[in-house]
Amino acid sequence: MSTSVITAESLAEAPPAVGQRRWAALLRATMRQWRSRIGLMTVVALAGPLIAPHAPTQFVTAPNSPPSSQALFGGDVLGRDVWSRFLYGGRSVLGMAVAATIIGVGLGLVVGLTAAYLKGAVDEILMRIADVFMAFPQIVLALLLVAAFGPSVPLIILIVGISHAPRVARVMRGAGLQVVERDFIKSAEAVGEPRRRIIFGELLPNVTSPLLVEVGLRLTYSIGLIAALNFIGDGIQPPTADWGVMINENRLAVAFQPWGVVLPVAAIALLTIGTNLLTDGFARAMLGVERGE
Amino acid sequence: MSAAEQNTAVAIRELKIDLASSGADIVEGIVLEVRAGEVLGLVGESGSGKTTVGMALLGYARPGGRMTGGEILIDGRPLSAMTSGQLRQLRGGTVSYIPQDPGTALNPALRIGRQLSEMLDVHAPGTSEEARRARLRETLEEVALPADEQFLARYPHQLSGGQQQRVAIAMAFACRPHVIVCDEPTTGLDVTTQARVLETIRDLARSHRVAAVYVSHDLAVVAELADHVAVMYAGRIVERGPRDVIFMRPRHPYTRRLLRAVPDLAGKRAVIGIGGRAPLPGHRPSGCFFAPRCDLAIDRCREHFPESTEFEAGHTVHCYRAEDAPDEVPTTGAPSPATQAGETVVTVEHVNASHGKKQALFDIDFSVLRNECVALVGESGSGKTTIARCIAGLHSNYTGDIKLDSQRLAQSARHRTTQARKQIQYVFQNPYASLNPRRTVGQTIARQLRLFFPVNRGETARRVGDLLERVALSADAASRYPDQLSGGERQRVAIARALAAEPSLLVCDEITSALDVSVQAAIVELLRDLRIQTGLSMLFITHNLALIRTIADRVLVMTEGRIVESGPTTELFGAPSADYTRRLLANTPSIEAALGQVAAPSE
Repeated sequence: MSTSVITAESLAEAPPAVGQRRWAALLRATMRQWRSRIGLMTVVALAGPLIAPHAPTQFVTAPNSPPSSQALFGGDVLGRDVWSRFLYGGRSVLGMAVAATIIGVGLGLVVGLTAAYLKGAVDEILMRIADVFMAFPQIVLALLLVAAFGPSVPLIILIVGISHAPRVARVMRGAGLQVVERDFIKSAEAVGEPRRRIIFGELLPNVTSPLLVEVGLRLTYSIGLIAALNFIGDGIQPPTADWGVMINENRLAVAFQPWGVVLPVAAIALLTIGTNLLTDGFARAMLGVERGE
Repeated sequence: MSAAEQNTAVAIRELKIDLASSGADIVEGIVLEVRAGEVLGLVGESGSGKTTVGMALLGYARPGGRMTGGEILIDGRPLSAMTSGQLRQLRGGTVSYIPQDPGTALNPALRIGRQLSEMLDVHAPGTSEEARRARLRETLEEVALPADEQFLARYPHQLSGGQQQRVAIAMAFACRPHVIVCDEPTTGLDVTTQARVLETIRDLARSHRVAAVYVSHDLAVVAELADHVAVMYAGRIVERGPRDVIFMRPRHPYTRRLLRAVPDLAGKRAVIGIGGRAPLPGHRPSGCFFAPRCDLAIDRCREHFPESTEFEAGHTVHCYRAEDAPDEVPTTGAPSPATQAGETVVTVEHVNASHGKKQALFDIDFSVLRNECVALVGESGSGKTTIARCIAGLHSNYTGDIKLDSQRLAQSARHRTTQARKQIQYVFQNPYASLNPRRTVGQTIARQLRLFFPVNRGETARRVGDLLERVALSADAASRYPDQLSGGERQRVAIARALAAEPSLLVCDEITSALDVSVQAAIVELLRDLRIQTGLSMLFITHNLALIRTIADRVLVMTEGRIVESGPTTELFGAPSADYTRRLLANTPSIEAALGQVAAPSE
């Protein structure tokens, strides 16, 4: 029997790292980052409906009335409670933004890694298509498509997602190119691993850090973009409570009942910063865990 | 003894350098002396602290390090008393440095002439233009480089690796330093170039009476170059003395084991690895650092670090068992047993391969028999890796036939049959790149099993355990990620992954070149055992001629894409027929040949 001389001491020194423990360590490290803590607070604020005093579409006071005992921040253009509508209005934005981000990052990831691995003509074609999409500012592209197909929530999600994809693809291709050159990819080729498995089994786990950064960045952009589309009136339709819709409804009365605009604007800003801080914290924690800190 | 003291260019007394963050010692208790005109070889494996000591001579503590004790005297002046301005004058002027990789040490944006004259501008200001030009010409002639305008107008990337290293040497000697620190300056070079560079360094050190500190992991190079040798292990000097004493009558068990691990051109002996791994800063035991890996260790060794004992003039050893150690010259053991070769496994017929438009292989023809180990030797760029990749189906731009069991193989691995892919397994040079860092060792090996065999969960786990045992890793290695293993352990995992397919041919592409000698020896031992147990054939690719002697049955010598000589190992080493082989053999450093020059008359 061959002995285990080589590893006896070295294995005793290194801490065991089973998959599950890695995730737990990552989660703990994430929460140690101050960024994540602040970020988490903003996202938690979206549990607003639980503490809302009124239903979002209930008429409780006179239109554009100032803050009173019935309505903490006054009434909106139709006499609904601004505070309650504000507390309800974040879920739609965040929900749509998350969905759009998943679509955008997912699509970009597949395109980017495929281009990085296959190289040559496939890479050339995919990246030139991406260039064409990137030539349009995202909002212009979205408006163009909404004008063509009419406003609807699933369409907005899809459009925002697709408009993210080329940018994500660029980044993932760049990250993938460095990994593709390493020998473990060659090793997988030599034993005949299918291409699909090489891309998603070998390549993908090695580009998770840039991937996470992209998720955070795209989520932030999605929130801004979707809130803008809702504001313009191309997304969520009244009377649903939504921050973008609220700004639009209340903007005419902004001079004497500012809360109907100020609250959703501040909320969108905070949510954008919050999601960004949270994903940034996560990415930093991941780096830390990888370095064994 | 004032004359001798005046001659001492470098004196290090009880030097201690700590990690600034944790206070763990990187090196401690370093005592060294180098006289003018002498070469000191500072030998150690990776992580032994040899580079840290080398850099300390320039007044640098490496990044994250801090000098916390002891003294370094250059020409009798302590470095610690110098101002930063004086230190700047010292570096490059009194003490100069030859880096490991000249490719990164030379500024790629500046012409060679400009870089050389910059050295003189800084350290010899006020000299006339005429005198400087003369010095420049002289220095370039010393390193055998042309001193014409055309050469001086070149950029570093327009020079070969050997020429770049010569420029670095010229820069180091240009200001006529008293001390020169060489940090493995020949690591990236081919043996032929290495031989010339070493000769240059030796001649210059002698003729200019420079005290040279030559930091290296390569014992054979040190044997050829050094007058004195200091052996470092885990941040301490464990033994130092005159070269002949260290190589012929070593006292410290680590030195002995290290010498036994070095394959030698002249020695027909097996190499023996050292088990275990050197302790890292902060994890060093209370007694002798080598005690956990030492056969001779006694209780006392585990309690206190041994003080130095002097045996003969200038030969000091830090070991309690130094006197009890057997007094034999470590050249025992038999080389690889000649194996019974069977029928042909792989045949390569008239293969011509290209990288893009450039042809890399010309009409390559050879075969590997069952249970045979064929070594493919050549310098970098000779095409040896290209052959290996063609055989493994990783390089498909070739014409000619590669046959497995007389079946012609498709060019690329993707188009080959599963059976063909299973039969030929490839082990890569760099174990740091060949394992997916996001998979555990167990997952990596299990994947390989599932690709080639219909195995269920329990069977897979059992077989992974078996395979790890066969490469001398413990079963709990299965749950580790590659970054939790040392280089040698990773290479064992890579070998286990290849063995999982139960191949008939194992292609080993420079698999020990990224590893320390003691680990290299252990891997070579492992391959030899595997061959005896399983009847595996092997194509062993290397640039290290000495290594072949201990492992291969037959050798193919390659240069510039052609096989220039082939034959049984013993014949080829005994009577090489091709000029190229003879040149290669002559230029390969060898401990025994180096000592033979001195020791031969006494025998």
